Amino acid sequence: MKRWLPFAVFAVLLGFLFVGLWLDPREVPSPFIGKPAPAFSLPVLERPGQTFSPDQARGRPWLLNVWAPWCRTCRKEHPFLMQLAASGVRLYGLNWQDQAREAADLLAEIGNPYVLNAVDHDGRAGIDWGVTGVPETFLIDADGIIRAKHSGPLSERVWNRKFAPLLQGKGS
Amino acid sequence: MIPELGHFALIVALLLAVVQGTLPFVGAQTGNASLMAVARPAALGQLAFIGLAFASLAYSFLTNDFSVKNVASNSFSQLPPVYRLTATWGSHEGSMLLWCLMLAGWTAALTVLSRPLPAEIRARTLGVLGLVSVGFLAFVVATSNPFERLLPVPADGRDLNPLLQDAGMVLHPPMLYMGYVGFSVAFAFALAALLGDQLDAAWARWARPWTTLAWVFLTLGIALGSWWAYRELGWGGWWFWDPTENASLMPWLAGTALLHSLAVTERRGQFRTWTLFLSIAAFALSLLGTFLIRSGVLSSVHAFANDPARGLFILGLLAVVIGGSLLLYAWRFPRSGTPAAFGWVSRESLLLANNALLAAALATVMLGTLYPLFLDALGFGKVSVGPPYFDAVLVPLFAPLLFLVALGPLTPWGQGSVADLALRTRWAFAGALVLAVAVPFTQGGIRPLAALGVFLATWILLGGGVGLAAARRRSGGSLGSLPRGFWGMQVAHAGLAVVVLGITLVSNYQSERDVRMNVGDHVDLAGHRIVFKGATGRAGPNYVADRATMEVTAPDGRSFTLYPEKRKYNATGVGMTEAALRTGVLGDLYVSLGEHLGGQAWSVRVYHKPFVGWLWAGGALMALGGLLAASDRRYRRAAATEGPA
Amino acid sequence: MRGLAGGLIALALLGQGTAAMEARPNADDPALEQRLLALAADLRCVVCQNESLAESRAPLAKDLRQEVRELMRKGRTDREVVEYLTTRYGDFVLYRPPFKPVTYLLWTGPALFLVVGAIVWFLTIRRRQRRAAADRVLDDDGGTQTPLS
Repeated sequence: MKRWLPFAVFAVLLGFLFVGLWLDPREVPSPFIGKPAPAFSLPVLERPGQTFSPDQARGRPWLLNVWAPWCRTCRKEHPFLMQLAASGVRLYGLNWQDQAREAADLLAEIGNPYVLNAVDHDGRAGIDWGVTGVPETFLIDADGIIRAKHSGPLSERVWNRKFAPLLQGKGS
Repeated sequence: MIPELGHFALIVALLLAVVQGTLPFVGAQTGNASLMAVARPAALGQLAFIGLAFASLAYSFLTNDFSVKNVASNSFSQLPPVYRLTATWGSHEGSMLLWCLMLAGWTAALTVLSRPLPAEIRARTLGVLGLVSVGFLAFVVATSNPFERLLPVPADGRDLNPLLQDAGMVLHPPMLYMGYVGFSVAFAFALAALLGDQLDAAWARWARPWTTLAWVFLTLGIALGSWWAYRELGWGGWWFWDPTENASLMPWLAGTALLHSLAVTERRGQFRTWTLFLSIAAFALSLLGTFLIRSGVLSSVHAFANDPARGLFILGLLAVVIGGSLLLYAWRFPRSGTPAAFGWVSRESLLLANNALLAAALATVMLGTLYPLFLDALGFGKVSVGPPYFDAVLVPLFAPLLFLVALGPLTPWGQGSVADLALRTRWAFAGALVLAVAVPFTQGGIRPLAALGVFLATWILLGGGVGLAAARRRSGGSLGSLPRGFWGMQVAHAGLAVVVLGITLVSNYQSERDVRMNVGDHVDLAGHRIVFKGATGRAGPNYVADRATMEVTAPDGRSFTLYPEKRKYNATGVGMTEAALRTGVLGDLYVSLGEHLGGQAWSVRVYHKPFVGWLWAGGALMALGGLLAASDRRYRRAAATEGPA
Repeated sequence: MRGLAGGLIALALLGQGTAAMEARPNADDPALEQRLLALAADLRCVVCQNESLAESRAPLAKDLRQEVRELMRKGRTDREVVEYLTTRYGDFVLYRPPFKPVTYLLWTGPALFLVVGAIVWFLTIRRRQRRAAADRVLDDDGGTQTPLS
């Protein structure tokens, strides 16, 4: 009996290693899934003098897309974001760590898919939401609960896999 | 042309490996001497062709041939020649080629030096090595070809990672791979014994010097890695329980257990199942380590860029090699013979405890390293397991082990007695207790863990002294006539004690200062006065740097100058801090340049690391001990005798 | 010319005895900084490839260290700081895994391995001694047995 123990242990280990090949050890899962969206009150990029806080977006599901003008990967997802906005998705932006204040000019140049952009210069709000880099996108439901988070650029595939099923379940 | 030649040579080597991995088995099974003899030319031919392949890759690096993708990704025209050479193994593809070269080297050495072995054992052993070689060469040829061309040819390369441009990098990977690959010899011997159903203790005697040698290399490789991290990473750390480091520690723990188990199997014909299993385990863990680092399954500073195809291939290789050998182990599990009895206090019993404790430590390291993967795979979220965990759980495992190290050599085979041991070691015990209080006191205060560490280390050293005195008495007063095997054990155990001492003292008594310095400012640390004399710009071969001049006055009045630098590498713009070190027997002074604060003001970190050098000196001693043991006269005797010595 | 002026100024300063000042610590509050670094050494930099929050030079790591610094300045305990970070980043940020149901096996594993090892050691020796004693009984021609002690 004990002669088979090493092989058995190894077989189990092999199974785990196999599964592990498809996992990303660096992906940080969000502890906010299923919890209320953390509050913040930040100036709005498009309307100087106004502020935005997540409470204002209640009533219908919405997305918070964390991006920055210096982020090259954010440019890659930008065309898809324009598509989303055109199809009626409520897309809000969090302009993260934009020390050089280049966001407005950039959006004027490439197009603005956002309802509005909250400006988070020092990154505090980002830390409160557990942001680890850009781009990241959160899905918040009508009651202000975070439902999903994606680290990395949004694409059709990611949308269909992660976000669309959740939106369908509640009718957006 | 040259790269294509190298590529072609690899394919030829692969074919030779296939021959080496098949025909000798058939020969051994059927008793066909000429088929068995095929192993020798096949192995030597493999070495020649892989050597050719390696040489062509090295040539491409040395001549800055950026049309080779590997060279373009890892080298730079301004890179100093020595680092252009080491860049050959600085990437995944290159390091795999190095692995294959070393495997061929060990195999060829075994071929040449194993004449006294019975033909079937020899054929099967070389056959196993041939199969392993097939696996790795196929992996390189299929997924990790270092000779891929890059068109259009870039004007210059992307430079070798600055962290790798260091003396430690020159030696660390080759030593490490010599160790990993060296364990394949013990592995091959074990499989050959299982396949041929010849499980008497003879294979243990043949395997022992080869295993010891592999262990020596692995010890050196790990020590070098730790030393390199200490010098290069800029903050004086030397072990982080990073998955890559654990990947090298696990085979080392298994290898250490194997060495000791082989001793029992060779001397007393006992523990055959342990020894067989450990022979498979040591190499299996080397392979597992290779997988963990190259597959992207674990997150590590050290990890190569991951590619799922490669991960799958290595996993397949693991499944075949380890799964196959464990199946063979289960099938041919030795059941013949009556296991001999020995006393509760005997060398066998202590070595059995040694095996059990090392196995528990090994299992613990594996548990901690793989646990994040286990949880993630089961959907339980992500956790991190870092130094606080390993430091906490391993002390209760290593402490009893270290305590037994002193007692093992003093306990007779078969039957010893506690009273006798206690009597012989009473002064060693007392001395260790005294030092456990005295040494921490002189370092700045008695701390429980520091006292424990010093106690265990000095206990081993003093216990070794007792054993040495006893051996001298037995041999009639002449130390010179004691066998090298005995000296090897003494030196290796002493080396272990030195390592423990170094770890204990540096962890508990290191100090640092983090200050901003203007020209002329001074900072005091551990009796040293460090004066900042200013910083100037300087250009290196492939970087520009700000170099600070620090004049240091040591507590004993002597003074010296240190030049910490902050470098920026030309090819990539990557910045790096190059700490300045002053190494001494009693400790290191380590100065690291931080940020430029404007004008002539700099942020500077100064560390005092007491006895840190003992870590690596101890490692070198352990390796020396292994070398002494491996070169014992009884292995150098040409004729083989049947049966256990 | 500049060199001469600089040299004269240096001489003048030396004459005033303002050389060789004790370097000031980088941190405004070295004791707090030490506490920060001790805590940060056990925390993971979430954007790095396995580095601690204390050593990482990544921008987010710097920001997080600053956050922790300010929390400590406001009087938060180490526990509260850790909770602040785990609320935002999960248990992933802890290098010392918490003792929760999912990690029971992790923390008890080593002790288990030790116990199993001890049991194996004990049973192996006892089994061998018993078998040897039994063999001796079988071989014995009727004389006294010498039990193995």
